[in-house]
Amino acid sequence: MPLRNKDILGIAELNVDEIDLILDTADSFSEISQRVIKKVPTLRGKTVVNFFHEPSTRTRISFEIAEKRLSADSINFATSGSSFSKGETLLDTVRNLEAMNADIIVMRHGIPGASHFIASRAHASVINAGDGAHEHPTQALLDMLTIRQHTGSLENLTVAIVGDIDHSRVARSNIFGLVKKKARVILVAPPTLLPHRVDDLGVEVSYDFESVIPKADVIMMLRIQRERQGKVLIPSLREYSRYYCLTPERLKLAPAKVLVMHPGPLNRGVEIDPAVADGPHSIILEQVSNGIAVRMALLFLLGGRSSREQSN
Amino acid sequence: MEQIIIRNGHVVDPSSQLNEQADILIRDGLIESIGRDLQIDDAHEIDATGKWIIPGLCDMHVHLREPGREDKETIESGTRAAAAGGYTALACMPNTSPVNDCQSVTQFIIDRAGRTPIGVYPIAAITKNLEGNELTEMGELIECGAVAFSDDGRCVANGEVLRRALEYARRFDRTIIEHCEDLHLAAGGSMHEGTVSARLGLQGIPGLAEEIMVSRDIQICEYVRGRLHIAHVSTEKSVELIRAAKQRGIRVTAEVTPHHLFLTDEAVASFDTNTKMNPPLRSERDRTACLAGLLDGTIDCIATDHAPHTITEKEVEYSLAPNGVVGLETALSLILTHLVHTRKMDLQRLVETMSHAPRKILGIAPVVIATGRVADMTIIDPEKFWVVDPSRLISKSKNTAFRGWTMRGAAEMTIAGGRIAYSG
Repeated sequence: MPLRNKDILGIAELNVDEIDLILDTADSFSEISQRVIKKVPTLRGKTVVNFFHEPSTRTRISFEIAEKRLSADSINFATSGSSFSKGETLLDTVRNLEAMNADIIVMRHGIPGASHFIASRAHASVINAGDGAHEHPTQALLDMLTIRQHTGSLENLTVAIVGDIDHSRVARSNIFGLVKKKARVILVAPPTLLPHRVDDLGVEVSYDFESVIPKADVIMMLRIQRERQGKVLIPSLREYSRYYCLTPERLKLAPAKVLVMHPGPLNRGVEIDPAVADGPHSIILEQVSNGIAVRMALLFLLGGRSSREQSN
Repeated sequence: MEQIIIRNGHVVDPSSQLNEQADILIRDGLIESIGRDLQIDDAHEIDATGKWIIPGLCDMHVHLREPGREDKETIESGTRAAAAGGYTALACMPNTSPVNDCQSVTQFIIDRAGRTPIGVYPIAAITKNLEGNELTEMGELIECGAVAFSDDGRCVANGEVLRRALEYARRFDRTIIEHCEDLHLAAGGSMHEGTVSARLGLQGIPGLAEEIMVSRDIQICEYVRGRLHIAHVSTEKSVELIRAAKQRGIRVTAEVTPHHLFLTDEAVASFDTNTKMNPPLRSERDRTACLAGLLDGTIDCIATDHAPHTITEKEVEYSLAPNGVVGLETALSLILTHLVHTRKMDLQRLVETMSHAPRKILGIAPVVIATGRVADMTIIDPEKFWVVDPSRLISKSKNTAFRGWTMRGAAEMTIAGGRIAYSG
């Protein structure tokens, strides 16, 4: 069974079979990264453009490595110093990339729906590498893959997602994916960092981290953005940490086999204590490794059915 | 001497108690007679068999963009679009460039509009340059032709300023039209705050931002016994507040747009920027409350908030797109398709909400289909099926939220001020 759409825009658009297909494919690609020669010719002759309209280090590098391991020609395009500073619109920029025969466009943008906007107007496949606070599907897929490698299944697991849910694309994509895979999701945050109608997302909500920890098979910490401080959402990072930092003391409340995750970059000492981030329950670096496998899987699944070839 | 005879139409006008098939004879722009089988030679014959004839429609909330943004719309193109939509009159909002806050701009609009048979009634700003601080010269503006006052697009944030505006306008018995929005509660939002915004990660505009200001404005209006009109009502709570205010006898009126009657925030999930407007598309619950308010009389009229924008401006990332959609050419057909043909609204109520009420709120003469009156009417083909194709709109801008919608019913001919303004 192939993927139904030419693009990967969000977990919301994927069905359970597609999620399983991607995760299974990623599992098989993990092996390539363990080889001495970490390269296969799968996407030879394909052009992938990494179009980043917002700063990113790990996601961009992860995609780039995935592309290179599949032998694609990859081009990085960040918007500072480009035509964007000369007033070119997003649509024109992407049309130009297409005219240069890009097969896949990996796109990061600060506004929800930006990749949908492009995907509906481009022949190339578009992979959403994060659109504002909307979705970050490759992150959720790598998170689900990492959990699955430890637990065998996602069904009936209790996953606590902790932090600035309202502004987090990582949270939204994970919520959509985990709910589809029948995990129990508990969002933990102060009320000001939760969407207004959060209950409609099929999740539970708690303001009290310590009451949730004993129930959690997985604790997924989110980065708290420093610019939230001083606005009306939270009084200070210090007070935020007081209630929502994952400390060694709090972790003692958790089940023995609890998994601790974080999409990075970490604010050590703010939302996660260094001893926890580097401790035995942390699978944060496995997430990073799995990111490459998941992105290879998606590039493979999309690149194998390039719409450009079909339309020719 | 020019004579037009419209044969066999079904004429509906509650203010002249007409609800019957009749011929209408128009001579030199005036209705000469109404009756069965009128005998007349050498008149231009129009066969209206199977058609409905109602008083000309009036849209009290239009952005004509001239002066300043003639690339989006002009008085000429906007009034042609209005005529094609069945409108014989419209009121244009003052947020042009320059702002219509002084008699020279009002005069410019009146002069430009003199070439069209469509009645163009300028709404002048409440405050100079829409800044919310100093009142405009309302008396002089009215003498020039302004009919009401609004800072539309912005709420008058300062309660003292709104109080004085409502008080001062009493001197002229004119309406203050408020765009109700608490700017702090709405700041940064691009869609309704609710289930869909929780999913999409777009920052929300809570219904509360509107309701707080509706509540405040009604209280100020009651206190100073002013005349207040609430533009583009979009939430259930706003409808309740207006209903309660009317029951207390406060002089408040309200309008609703077709897009708030027929679309919800679910449409935003497409990220089509033609679903972006202010106030935003609300929840299904809000939508049904607005419709109920329109049908029970709480909401007085339908206004389009016709807001033309160029494709260039709209074809961008969602939160960067300007607010607003065009509406003049789809409003009547939407109401016919979804309210009249479905028997939720009768033609009398359509005439009330799309012709009589807007003129009454603006203090302009009603149009009546009666002998001796100026011919001003909309002939409707109730069975015309058509599909909304943006490229075929007459408006200079194509930003409709109803692309691809199938319509049943349309204006076939619009007679404004005694002249044929549109013939389909």
